[in-house]
Amino acid sequence: MPKRTDIHTILVIGSGPIVIGQACEFDYSGTQACRILKEEGYRVVLVNSNPPTIMTDPTFADRTYVEPLDHDIVAAIIERERPDALLPTLGGQTALNLGMALHHSGTLEKFGVEMIGARPLAIETAENRERFKEAMQEIGLAVPHSGFAHDLQEAVDVAASIGYPIIIRPSYILGGLGTGIAHTEEELRTLAVTGLDASPIHEILVEQSIAGWKEYELEVMRDHADNCVIVCSIENVDPMGVHTGDSITVAPAQTLTDVEYQTMRDATFAVMRRIGVETGGSNVQFAINPADGEMVVIEMNPRVSRSSALASKATGFPIAKIAARLAVGYTLDEIENDITKSTPACFEPSIDYVVTKIPRWAFEKLPGAKPILGTRMQSVGEVMAIGRTFTESLQKAMRSLEQGRFGLNCDPIETSYVSISDADLLEQCGVGAPERLFLVGEALRRGFSIEQVHDFSKIDPWFLDQMLMIVEERAVLAEIGFAGMARRSWRRAKRLGFSDAQLGYLWGVTEAEVRSARLAAGVRATFKTVDTCAAEFDANTPYHYSTYEDTDEVRPSDRKKVAILGSGPNRIGQGIEFDYCCVHASYALRAAGYETIMINCNPETVSTDYDTSDRLYFEPLTFEDVMNVIEAEQPMAVIVSLGGQTPLKLAGQLAAAGVPIAGTSPTSIDEAEDRDLWNELCNSLDIAQPPGGTATDIEGALTIAAKHGFPVLVRPSYVLGGRAMQIVQDEDDLRRAMAELAADGSLGREGGLSADRPVLVDRFLSDAIEVDVDAIRDATGDAVIGGIMEHVEMAGVHSGDSACAIPPQSLSAITLRTLEDITFRIAERLDVRGLINVQFAVKDGEVFVLEANPRASRTVPFVAKATGVPLAMVASRVMLGATLAELRTEGLLRPPVNTGHVSVKEAVLPFNRFPDVDPVLSPEMRSTGEVMGIDSTFGVAYAKSQLAASSRVPLEGTVFMSLADRDKLSAVPAAKSFTKAGLKLAATSGTAAFLRAHGVTVDIEVAKLTEVLSGEATGVTALDLIRGNGVQFMINTPREGRRDSTDGAEIRRAATIAKVPVVTTVAAAVAAGMGVEELTRGGVRKAFAVKSLQEHLGMTTHTGN
Amino acid sequence: MSAVREALLVLADGEVFEGEAVGHFPESGFASGEVVFNTVLSGYQEVITDPSYAGQIITFTYPHIGNYGVNRTDDEATRPFCRGVIVRELSRVSSNWRAEMGLDAQLKAWGVPGIAGIDTRRLTRHIRDAGAMPGAFGTADESVLRAAAAAEKGTDGVDLVREVTTARPYTVGDGPRRVVAYDFGIKTTILRHLSRIATVTVVPGTATADEVLALSPHGVFLSNGPGDPQTCSYAVQEIRALMNHRMPIFGICLGQQLLASAAGASTFKMPFGHHGGNHPVKDLRTGRVMITSQNHNFCVDHATLDVAADVTHLNLNDGTLEGLAYKDLPMFSVQHHPEAGPGPHESAELFNEFSDLLTRVHGKQG
Repeated sequence: MPKRTDIHTILVIGSGPIVIGQACEFDYSGTQACRILKEEGYRVVLVNSNPPTIMTDPTFADRTYVEPLDHDIVAAIIERERPDALLPTLGGQTALNLGMALHHSGTLEKFGVEMIGARPLAIETAENRERFKEAMQEIGLAVPHSGFAHDLQEAVDVAASIGYPIIIRPSYILGGLGTGIAHTEEELRTLAVTGLDASPIHEILVEQSIAGWKEYELEVMRDHADNCVIVCSIENVDPMGVHTGDSITVAPAQTLTDVEYQTMRDATFAVMRRIGVETGGSNVQFAINPADGEMVVIEMNPRVSRSSALASKATGFPIAKIAARLAVGYTLDEIENDITKSTPACFEPSIDYVVTKIPRWAFEKLPGAKPILGTRMQSVGEVMAIGRTFTESLQKAMRSLEQGRFGLNCDPIETSYVSISDADLLEQCGVGAPERLFLVGEALRRGFSIEQVHDFSKIDPWFLDQMLMIVEERAVLAEIGFAGMARRSWRRAKRLGFSDAQLGYLWGVTEAEVRSARLAAGVRATFKTVDTCAAEFDANTPYHYSTYEDTDEVRPSDRKKVAILGSGPNRIGQGIEFDYCCVHASYALRAAGYETIMINCNPETVSTDYDTSDRLYFEPLTFEDVMNVIEAEQPMAVIVSLGGQTPLKLAGQLAAAGVPIAGTSPTSIDEAEDRDLWNELCNSLDIAQPPGGTATDIEGALTIAAKHGFPVLVRPSYVLGGRAMQIVQDEDDLRRAMAELAADGSLGREGGLSADRPVLVDRFLSDAIEVDVDAIRDATGDAVIGGIMEHVEMAGVHSGDSACAIPPQSLSAITLRTLEDITFRIAERLDVRGLINVQFAVKDGEVFVLEANPRASRTVPFVAKATGVPLAMVASRVMLGATLAELRTEGLLRPPVNTGHVSVKEAVLPFNRFPDVDPVLSPEMRSTGEVMGIDSTFGVAYAKSQLAASSRVPLEGTVFMSLADRDKLSAVPAAKSFTKAGLKLAATSGTAAFLRAHGVTVDIEVAKLTEVLSGEATGVTALDLIRGNGVQFMINTPREGRRDSTDGAEIRRAATIAKVPVVTTVAAAVAAGMGVEELTRGGVRKAFAVKSLQEHLGMTTHTGN
Repeated sequence: MSAVREALLVLADGEVFEGEAVGHFPESGFASGEVVFNTVLSGYQEVITDPSYAGQIITFTYPHIGNYGVNRTDDEATRPFCRGVIVRELSRVSSNWRAEMGLDAQLKAWGVPGIAGIDTRRLTRHIRDAGAMPGAFGTADESVLRAAAAAEKGTDGVDLVREVTTARPYTVGDGPRRVVAYDFGIKTTILRHLSRIATVTVVPGTATADEVLALSPHGVFLSNGPGDPQTCSYAVQEIRALMNHRMPIFGICLGQQLLASAAGASTFKMPFGHHGGNHPVKDLRTGRVMITSQNHNFCVDHATLDVAADVTHLNLNDGTLEGLAYKDLPMFSVQHHPEAGPGPHESAELFNEFSDLLTRVHGKQG
């Protein structure tokens, strides 16, 4: 059946900011969907609050609303745009929940909007655990024994009837939030409370724990003619008990007989039909008892998911793209398989390689959070690797993580396991943790049998034997020795996935020596193709992976080629923003006639969509793996400055190997990063910077601090996202900070402290306004400012965690000119060819330079969305030699657009997933994503950004304030804004007294928590207020440094758990106050107005339909 | 770790592949046959024991084979008839609660030689482009292998059915109806399906129409089997006789080819055949697409049929004929494998269609 002609306008809901459990995989799926729907001739209206997404580029939809994903806002968009249909299945759980909310509120019915993809009843059946369980039993499928509870007592009763261990799963949640395993009633009581709270409908499933069973997932697609296909089967290396998002997973399934696989496949179709997902992709998770094959259904997602992105990348079958076509009426057999071009999409991919996904966590950034994995997802990103065998793909994935690992073993970090006792080692093999597989490798190396390790870990013996092969080969290779290696031995080692770095470590020779000896023996990487059909049909897919086989399938073209190095796994500090830049570079350079070659290992991204570049190499971003591609392709230039630190770290090594680096030279990059060279540069340009120096030990640091005075900012060099950066108040604090940096902790693994990687110690500028400037300079010296962003939070909060505004709100024209001038001078001096980001602190009108980075910064996409200037595209062209003048003529470089709008970027923090972490902002970045609010005034744009970040500014109820002394005066305007809007104030005694003295009415004065607990005082505490639903907004600023009161931390944590918005800086409080005031001006509560990006950027006039 | 026994695979056109010997080690130092590839991700045991692979060396495109071991229940015949297996990686352990033995040990027990470590993707691409061709592999010298590959006849014009068919009739199932199943290399899973609808008497592929009619069956089933249908003229002749009796007939795979041949059609050899579990087949009567299990190198040329028949099924990948329903005779057939084993189950409905056909012809009791 052809596509539907009765619908014209389709509303697509994106997934909002990157959070744990919902990352850029939904940008990948949403971008594909928007592109397809437009291609099919539909008018596409998109709403998504996440600025660094490709999907929110104004060209991907007819109307792009960068607005909060909130019911009322989307209702306003529906009223304005009058879509015929809503597609809620491509924007993760957020879009699905929002779609359901719009259905329940009657908005869809009122405006005649049809939900396509999945209907409300199907979504409800899949998402409501009770209904799901009934549905499964109805079609004869087993589910774990369970019962529902709506309060604590019910939970205890149900658990007693099932027997412990028990797993708690809240209904309607994201990424396993609030789930956990209880072994005792006491544990259950704690978990039940959290779980009930996490569920929007206050319901939890109390379920038999099947931890230790084998876990599988099948990706399924269905069309409205009821044709069903399985795209991919996935088997988890980590057995049940670890959230799938936190599990190492492998495609295809490895240990199922065909009989079992087909049973699972039939069950998947039965689930799909019973739940009633009419068109599109879904996934169904199963667990299998390894002892007797008993199969139970765990859950199904009636939408495109994180694993569908993985399945798409793993097989070459573009699930989201096809789901979009199915949603508008096509059937699977009407859609072409765009890889073979000769067969239909109605088939099941067969693959002839193994795909391994490993999650990446950020525990090192979240002190207080235990690095133990469970049923609640905690990872912030993932890598995927393709190899012809599991061993090869596993070791490739391990080195893709960029955590200092060269593979399963043979690297410096493995020595840290030597001190673990045998008993502890086996014990740890049984606990899901980021390092588990390495410990399993160590246990096998010590000679523990597969059976022994299996008993502890429950990891399937097949996976253990594969790891044992790596362990055994290592011993063989050690015995053979570097000198004894012959062609067959080299081939065998490389086929098991050993990297040159591993072999170099093993033999005590350099990686370069290994490489050249190996190549001399005739063993080189060959490239194979991902073709969906295991080579059965001819395919010209430009999607490749390296392996060690007989023949190479890749023939380099004779076009002028540019390789772009991606940014690897998402992590805090390096996420989707950099992928956006790489994708834009690819688009711009393809448009300019270059052949683009993308190298990356992150399955969630748009950059690893085989449609994005002319060729995609799914490879780890290590020197060896990148060099293999470069040698095969011989590009004229390699772009290393758009993917964050990952490719930048390789620049020097690549340049030394004779690889042509595009844009700014690696020497200039070093000059900006090397403290001494940088100081020299600033001095010679007469640019002020906070006084400071570098130290490699405590004495050095103390000397610097003594010279310039406290507080000082301490940070390691060559890190991203303010890793381990802190503000230090005095000598003791400094000793502690230095000891932490030098320790063999996680930072030690990233390189530790040395003369090459010293610690920077600078005088900290209190209460300075922080400013980010992005600019581009070309080879002729012409330069242009991309954007100037004024931060909301004062210096001291990491720029990535700080809100910021375009245009700047408080800076004078003179200051702005100074900022521009300094930026240009630094760019000139560094001979920048491309992007540069300079960070400033402005204190009392005086401008200090904090740092400069001649590369793409995190803010590039935000600037592009705010101004309409495609900075990354322009920069990539400049890097290849175009001048800004040429690009102006071409029309690519346009002047920034300002139709009178203010854009605010706000960071989104993961504190709700880590209840043990104090939710306070600091110089160390912790945000996982960002949102953007756009409106005609700063206050309302800020309020929108807060709403988008799930931190709604209060329009009624009570605001709680507890302020550090230094903040009290500057917070008075905020307090006045709130009372003016009719809000009540609650405050701690000191804050209350201060506010009253400044003419502010404080309604409730709360007692100090510690005093009440110790019996020194009585009265209502902040905790009582929070728990009694008596606080709608909290302002709690910690004292400087790490000497904050325990009261503060306790209160902030309680607020986070109770989902009360918390701000920890007075600047944010003032901004919120401005928003509240504007939204309630004249005593009338104003609704947010919505406007599309195309209108803000003057790309069109609104016509509606 | 056991010592690696280096081995080579040599194709008739001279291509050489490096690997190591696994499974059974033949005394001659080599095995030869027609090299084909199969793209299934699971089901290696069913594939290896499928008699339709008689005369062939099976290349598995999925690199890890043997992971879940083997068990008695999943065999498709009492022993394999293939000449060897080619894999990238043979598992050292068997990980599945149903496993009774490791695949390597089982290959040895069966006497099936194997070669591992092969760049099976290179081999598959080669066969895809050059067509299925004879080859030889083993630990013997390259020159020996070359000679063996050159001497290997392949499957064209070779009657492999006689090699795999049962020597004497036997009966399975106890349904009210009687079906005679011609064994041209019948798979156990087919018998499992048929015995749900009838008492099935399995007869040798050489059984005559008179012998079949003497069993007074309600219907006749023509099984799958190896090789070139044109070498089975003896069977075609008997099927034609059964046709003339207006006997209800259902054919699968080689069964379809022989039935069509009896109806006057000619068959042709495909370049590298269909061997896998992911082929989309459209049922033209309903418009539904089924993912099917396939294993054939020959195909019916629909245009050459003398007897009127409707095309009921088409392969969506290459448009080849997948199913026929004869217009004036109670006969139908499919090229793919509705019994699966290994493969998807959604075509199993065809066995019910056979049952319905028997009901139409003979009434409910029949």
